[in-house]
Amino acid sequence: MNFMASKQPENSLLGLESDSQRTLYVTCLISIELGSSLDVRYPYVTGTSVVALKYKDGILMAADMGGSYGSTLRYKSVERMKPIGKHSLLGASGEISDFQEILRYLDELILYDNMWDDGNSLGPKEVHNYLTRVMYNRRNKFNPLWNSLVLGGVKNGQKYLGTVSMIGVNFEDNHVATGFGNHLARPVLRQEWHENLSFEDGVRLLEKCMRVLLYRDRSAVNKLQIAKITEDGVTISQPYSLKTYWEFSAFENPAQGAIGSW
Amino acid sequence: MPKEQANWSPYDNNGGSCVAVAGADYCVIAADTRMSTGYNILTRDYSKICKLADKCVMASSGFQADVKALQKHLAARHLIYQHQHNKQMSCPAMAQLLSNTLYYKRFFPYYSFNVLGGLDNEGKGCVFTYDAVGSYEKVGYSSQGSGSTLIMPFLDNQLKSPSPLLLPAQDAVTPLAEAEAIDLVKTVFASASERDIYTGDKLEIVVINADGIRREYMDLRKD
Repeated sequence: MNFMASKQPENSLLGLESDSQRTLYVTCLISIELGSSLDVRYPYVTGTSVVALKYKDGILMAADMGGSYGSTLRYKSVERMKPIGKHSLLGASGEISDFQEILRYLDELILYDNMWDDGNSLGPKEVHNYLTRVMYNRRNKFNPLWNSLVLGGVKNGQKYLGTVSMIGVNFEDNHVATGFGNHLARPVLRQEWHENLSFEDGVRLLEKCMRVLLYRDRSAVNKLQIAKITEDGVTISQPYSLKTYWEFSAFENPAQGAIGSW
Repeated sequence: MPKEQANWSPYDNNGGSCVAVAGADYCVIAADTRMSTGYNILTRDYSKICKLADKCVMASSGFQADVKALQKHLAARHLIYQHQHNKQMSCPAMAQLLSNTLYYKRFFPYYSFNVLGGLDNEGKGCVFTYDAVGSYEKVGYSSQGSGSTLIMPFLDNQLKSPSPLLLPAQDAVTPLAEAEAIDLVKTVFASASERDIYTGDKLEIVVINADGIRREYMDLRKD
């Protein structure tokens, strides 16, 4: 660590070297300044994409139930969407244990808010903002919560949908997705989403996204839940699977037309 | 278990370009609304412009989470200022505060590239331009962010600011009328979004003059 830090020319923090070098330099400096070793860890059990969208009456969110241990599909019944308070719904991809820790933080937050007993309650905007600060604070300590979170909700007729990443990057949009969903689901959503989606059309659109992910994301599994939040509260569906079709001739004999030496 | 994640970094570059132009009695501050990471567009409608005081506006690109933290910090500092002095902070004062705030984190910097624009105490337009660790300079116009390499030389060519070495010191404000400055800003963003993949979707323009603050929008390339 010391060696790396002292190797960098003193006045080149900005502009000259690449981002990764700069990060390393800053990283080394921090560990020297604070006299602590780096705290960054890596994830053990992870969940893959979450996809969510606004529809006519609220928010719809989908996530599969796989929990991967590296590339091993270790758990097959992980609930990755949970209601938060009265007006919010949280979905998570990334480290499952970190997600459960976040749920504990939120439970306490909602409980203490409830104890004021003043008839006020935290809405999705407040919960999202809280999560934003928690994630950013942990990245500042070089000990991130290894998740991408999606927060949806409805309060006072206002729909809300936002997301936060591991390092605190956050935004709102009409539809959001995490991880692979950013590559595979959002193009579909950008093409087909509109303000007045009915519940049925919203579910159909989410299922279309989840099917694309199932075919192309190796850590996705065919067991998913769809959650809905409206002014009336949260409903999370029972786990179910999507219909798939694998009988294409190219799937049956993938080596045909690509003859190798073996 | 083998490590599959790429090395963790506390930073990201979410792209975007910012421009500010000062005139005799106005200031134009503009930024696009695209937010990206790598080759992904995260959202097409994220405002990079933040109103810090009545006559002071900041546009920032770089790492969104740091930018948000910086904006919140400055908003809190400005609230304290109002309680202590019962007035709005002036633009040059905010400029110094921003510099100090950035330098305070010199060894774990806010990865944010800012331009600050507004009116000074005489009602004249002013622009301040920064690097991530707080070096700053008062100028007549400036550009920061991913498209700044395309925009800045174009502004130099069109506006030809007087050399800061001239004696007696020359005024840095541009000779343009307000409407001309807005047109110029629209042109530079339309051009930057042709070549810079991190600039696009929509342009947000904030105009500050004696009447107050006005906002307008223009569509940019979405590809």
